[in-house]
Amino acid sequence: MTYLNIDHVGITFPTDHGPLEVLRDVALKVDKGEFVSLIGHSGCGKSTVLNIVAGLLKATTGGVLLENREVDEPGPDRAVVFQNHSLLPWLSVYDNVRLAVDTVFKGSKSKQERHDWTLHNLELVHMSHALDRRPDEISGGMKQRVGIARALAMEPKVLLMDEPFGALDSLTRTHMQDSLMEIQARLNNTVIMITHDVDEAVLLSDRIVMMSNGPSATVGEVLHIDLPRPRDRLLLADNPRYNHYRAAVLKFLHERHAQPDVPAQPRHKPALKLAAG
Amino acid sequence: MHGRPGFAPAGTEDHAMTIALFNPRTTFNAPALDRLQTCLQSTQFPRRVVAMVRHLLIPLIAIAIFLGVWGAAAKNIQTSLGELPGPVAVWQQAGALLDEHSAERAKAAAFYQRQEERNAAKLAEDPAAEVKIRPYTGKPTFIDQIGTSLLTVATGFFLATLIAIPVGIVCGMSATLYTALNPLIQIFKPVSPLAWLPLVTMVVSALYVSDDPLLAKSFVNSAITVTLCCLWPTIINTTVGVASVSKDLLNVSRVLRLGWFTKTVKIVLPSAIPLMFTGMRLSLGIGWMVLIAAEMLAQNPGLGKFVWDEFQNGSSSSLARIMVAVFAIGLVGFLLDRGMLLLQRYFSWDKAAVLR
Repeated sequence: MTYLNIDHVGITFPTDHGPLEVLRDVALKVDKGEFVSLIGHSGCGKSTVLNIVAGLLKATTGGVLLENREVDEPGPDRAVVFQNHSLLPWLSVYDNVRLAVDTVFKGSKSKQERHDWTLHNLELVHMSHALDRRPDEISGGMKQRVGIARALAMEPKVLLMDEPFGALDSLTRTHMQDSLMEIQARLNNTVIMITHDVDEAVLLSDRIVMMSNGPSATVGEVLHIDLPRPRDRLLLADNPRYNHYRAAVLKFLHERHAQPDVPAQPRHKPALKLAAG
Repeated sequence: MHGRPGFAPAGTEDHAMTIALFNPRTTFNAPALDRLQTCLQSTQFPRRVVAMVRHLLIPLIAIAIFLGVWGAAAKNIQTSLGELPGPVAVWQQAGALLDEHSAERAKAAAFYQRQEERNAAKLAEDPAAEVKIRPYTGKPTFIDQIGTSLLTVATGFFLATLIAIPVGIVCGMSATLYTALNPLIQIFKPVSPLAWLPLVTMVVSALYVSDDPLLAKSFVNSAITVTLCCLWPTIINTTVGVASVSKDLLNVSRVLRLGWFTKTVKIVLPSAIPLMFTGMRLSLGIGWMVLIAAEMLAQNPGLGKFVWDEFQNGSSSSLARIMVAVFAIGLVGFLLDRGMLLLQRYFSWDKAAVLR
């Protein structure tokens, strides 16, 4: 039985120039505890796939099954780590995580347990020293750590990460990747992560899903990363298999699916349609 | 992009009003002052001295120039009430108004003392005697009139906020209601207090009928006129604030499956607070400006009435006293704005916002 099944998903957005098919026939099966990266050029629809799995967007064709149940709305079992952290700016680090904990475990955990669980998750991302700080008082990397803690605290079945480290400088990014590997070793979550950093994808993933260019983007190629864990970025730098994987991804992105200079159709990221009411 | 397409622009100009307030360093290009600043920056003055000069000395020089030009011009303007008063005459009248105030206060104190003594004597004579305590009925002084004006504007502003914030929240959350109410808001927004006042007066005298009214009619008229004029910026800014909640934050609330009420209280309202305060600040400013006109016509015993009475009075000191009132109005308005700014800084989470 497949844990998460993205079953031939397609999505078409209405635009001023007629309907725009962003995804066509995206099929992907993810096992429990697997770490899958989605990689592709910007604008190819990676985020759209993630948003469909999260339930924030509805697929036009096909659907998503999690433990054989269809996904039709967002929920804490598919927690999302957003690229821009999306912390509530008026709440402290602690309160941001606590809001999620209180919402998800209202009936099942006592007040004290919820407090402890909040602290535990902040400890996991090494943010215990800044519980009372507000998001605008901490660095970008720290904000993203809190965002991860908030998502982990929901005890999701699948953790969805939308370019979680894309906005960080490269040094901070490597720290965050190491932290994420450490957390993953402990919790063994099922993760789908979007990235356009080839090294990041090879270092973190069990499987890399490479997407073709849009419109009508789909899964181009899937690469199994057969490297022992725990992985060490310094040791891997000279590992021929690691370099082979890197080269394979780079070839896919820059030879076979190089970004065309002139897109066939005006491409833009379709904005999520939200009802504020 | 904020909010729905075609949804935000209605209020953006109001919002821009506070944000685009001028930057004195770039817009004010007097060469001499600029040279003074560069000279100060280039030489080896301690930073503190430079800061003091910039924030204290330069404004003082500007004020001095203003007073000089005013004084010189005033001498050459003859009105039917005599020469237009210069800074000195106005300063003297300000002192005179304060003296009148303390004299009136002394008279009031003496009145109450006499009354108490009289009553005490009466009670000593016959413990069952009925004792009357009457309030002092001297004429309101300039300071009393400032107090009345403040009370009136506070009442009007409070009423307006009480109405505008819920209306703004509802408009921000429902595009349908916004579409329904927006034309009304846009039409009533530019109406002058002078146009509202006759209507308000008639409606109040028709509905507010009481033999022993708790509040004077003139007070109610002025306060309601203030309310009618200062509703709009708060409504519009609250609407924009509520409608432009970041999509990412709304996505967080969807992932958490927050209910409608929790979402509103925990996410929508807090994120709208900075713009709500912007609206309230604009509203209070408009309210204070409008109040003076309303008081003139409604004869509410505040600063507006003071100006009107002095104008009707037409004594040789009238113009100087009106000018004192002008400065008092400006100063109070400024302090009200600073007060709102402090409140905004205290309550708003958006500490990074540049507030002027």
